[in-house]
Amino acid sequence: MTGNGYLQIGLYLAVLFACAWPLGRYMARVYQGDIPLPVRWLRPLERGIYRLAGVRGDDSMSWTRYALAVLIFNLIGFLAVYALQRLQDVLPFNPDGMMATTADLAFNTAASFASNTNWQSYGGESTMSYLTQMLGLGVQNFLSAATGMAVLVALARGFMQRETAALGNFWVDLVRSTLYVLLPLSILLSTALVSQGVVQTFNAHATAHLVEQLDFEQPKLGDDGQPLKDAQGLPIVEKATTGEQRIAVGPAASQIAIKQLGTNGGGFFGVNSAHPFENPTPLANFLEVLAIFLIPAALCITFGIYVGDRRQGLTILSAMTLIFVAMLAVCVWAEQSGNPLFERLGLDTQASELQAGGNMEGKETRFGVVNSALWATVTTAASNGSVNAMHDSFTPLGGLVPMWMMQLGEVVFGGVGSGLYGMIIFALVAVFVAGLMIGRTPEYLGKKIEAFEVKMAAVAILVPPLVVLLGTAIAVTADAGRAGIANPGAHGFSEILYALSSAGNNNGSAFGGLSANTPFYNTLLGFAMLFSRFWLIVPVLAIAGSLAAKKSIRPGAGTLPTHGPLFVMLLIGTVVVVGALTFLPALALGPIVEHLQMIGAR
Amino acid sequence: MLKELKPAFVVFGLLTVLTGAAYPALITGIAQTAFQDQANGSLIVQDGKTRGSRLIGQAFSDPGHFWGRPSATAPMPFNAASSGASNQGPLNPALEESVNNRIEALKASDPTQTAAIPVDLVTASGSGLDPHISVAAARWQAPRIARHRHLPEEQVRELIASHTEGRQLGVLGEPRVNVLELNLALDKLAATR
Repeated sequence: MTGNGYLQIGLYLAVLFACAWPLGRYMARVYQGDIPLPVRWLRPLERGIYRLAGVRGDDSMSWTRYALAVLIFNLIGFLAVYALQRLQDVLPFNPDGMMATTADLAFNTAASFASNTNWQSYGGESTMSYLTQMLGLGVQNFLSAATGMAVLVALARGFMQRETAALGNFWVDLVRSTLYVLLPLSILLSTALVSQGVVQTFNAHATAHLVEQLDFEQPKLGDDGQPLKDAQGLPIVEKATTGEQRIAVGPAASQIAIKQLGTNGGGFFGVNSAHPFENPTPLANFLEVLAIFLIPAALCITFGIYVGDRRQGLTILSAMTLIFVAMLAVCVWAEQSGNPLFERLGLDTQASELQAGGNMEGKETRFGVVNSALWATVTTAASNGSVNAMHDSFTPLGGLVPMWMMQLGEVVFGGVGSGLYGMIIFALVAVFVAGLMIGRTPEYLGKKIEAFEVKMAAVAILVPPLVVLLGTAIAVTADAGRAGIANPGAHGFSEILYALSSAGNNNGSAFGGLSANTPFYNTLLGFAMLFSRFWLIVPVLAIAGSLAAKKSIRPGAGTLPTHGPLFVMLLIGTVVVVGALTFLPALALGPIVEHLQMIGAR
Repeated sequence: MLKELKPAFVVFGLLTVLTGAAYPALITGIAQTAFQDQANGSLIVQDGKTRGSRLIGQAFSDPGHFWGRPSATAPMPFNAASSGASNQGPLNPALEESVNNRIEALKASDPTQTAAIPVDLVTASGSGLDPHISVAAARWQAPRIARHRHLPEEQVRELIASHTEGRQLGVLGEPRVNVLELNLALDKLAATR
């Protein structure tokens, strides 16, 4: 890596922490009901929503009621996205005349956006109407993110409450997350992105007159609109010439801002943030990749303030940062080292001030290797899943990093809210393991951790790996599953493992070669996303309810401190050991064997 | 259960209006007022004709033009209505074949150029619409352009230099050259001679 690479990464971390600190304090005030001055003028709007909905702000919910509200609300969102896609051909704001989507694609997309995954089986600019993008996908970007934040706040209250069933009001937490956090940040970010060249218009596509006429081959279509095939079953192609370029545009900036901030990741265009209209300049790229980690990092600060001990939040943030930096180093190194094939063919792959070098297949010139590897690691550490380079074309170890970051359970920063509540679950397991070693009843933040909490934590930690590994097993044994593979050999297995890791941890990025827009994958991945999201939220809320009912005890001589370097190491150890033990065998069959083949071929 | 239904529907409806209609409408208003050129696709208009977008690449195969990154979009390269990448894995034989074919085409275009080809010139971009090539990739093509355009190579290199975008704010991203803008400048140079 060149000196500039270190500088770009260092700048990224410095700006991230400089922004996370004030935002964390801001959010702590929002959730405590002390609305900060710059957004206080929105209070009448907030109160108006409660009045129309019949919500009383002081109506604190038990964990079962809170969970029920979460589930009903997300079910409505799921149904709305499904209906919009199925009816988009007869609804307005469809200037390019998109057809209604198939039932399996609509199910998959609805599950994907309701679960904050944003896995995309489709290409946005060629499938979804502007109305579906805004009123369906864009809305879920806000609401699924706000759901995650609300659940986190409920868990934090579980630690603070004493001998009560009350975890706060879901509707209040949801509305405040949307109104005071997600909306203002989205307005700022989307305006900045438009200034860099991200499109924002309701016009249909633009048409350009090409500088050079373009000859190409296209599949010949029959009278029924289906591609014709010859006797061997190969598609028949015909020669064609065009002097025009049809350039898709749309209301993209507003959606891209929230897809980054809400760790959603679903792009307006098919290739996501690799598309020049979605991510036009290095500055736009910096802001977008910053936005991924911004709220997850700030929520650690918020949590510390909320539980009355800032060191607790900083400890978790430190553990996340250390895992992230280590994995980032591997990814940048692997991509900059590149593919030995390119050197064998006599290409110039040396990084310099004149070119990025390394493995440039599937990467954009303006981002080069460092920004592509940084994005890949950030987007999978957080459960964002947007991409600015094609992970499928990464080197084996470069692709292993994003895959394993997802398999760790999306707790290294993770999704907004969901990353931190996932990490707190790991912290409970860490104090439990430490408690066994030193022979004391485990405690965390003044609450005794007992059988019920540990059981629920085990459910929350085991559901995603179960979904990932079982789903992968189903897909590689089914003909319909293997039919989707694009790359031969071990890499084909990696494509399937990556897809299930992504869906089963609500990330949404892909090894894009896999043909996933089939009834088989749309259904399998749709269920994987729903299971992993909601089978985590329910046990987490159960733990919150159980903790809230307990007494709060003062730390004694036998209490393991849950801040400081020792606990950071213990937490990292727990996350890494669980992630490594669960997935090493599967990884050995995919990226690891592929890496050995690659260096063997040299 | 029923008690939560009313707030669920009402909150969903109101937040949908707020985040799905009011918010994009507000951003569109700001964008079309303050950043009209960028918000509509940074289009290049010459003599009333839209020649393309500064942010979207075009396919070039004429030896008198600079060539851009290979594009994997279908059915034609640089299809800006349907972005896409090759998604070929590092050991995929199809990748080796594609890269080899591109190397052959580049070598055939300029047999006198013996320097190693910069890797970005023979590897497909992530979007299939990458408007840029590296500075090294532009310089590699300079002798060919000079010959076909009957220009001194020095002048072509100066043209590349004047179209090189450095790292943004001096730090971010990679130095690069916009191929469409470079070729339009090249055509303009030829027209005025």
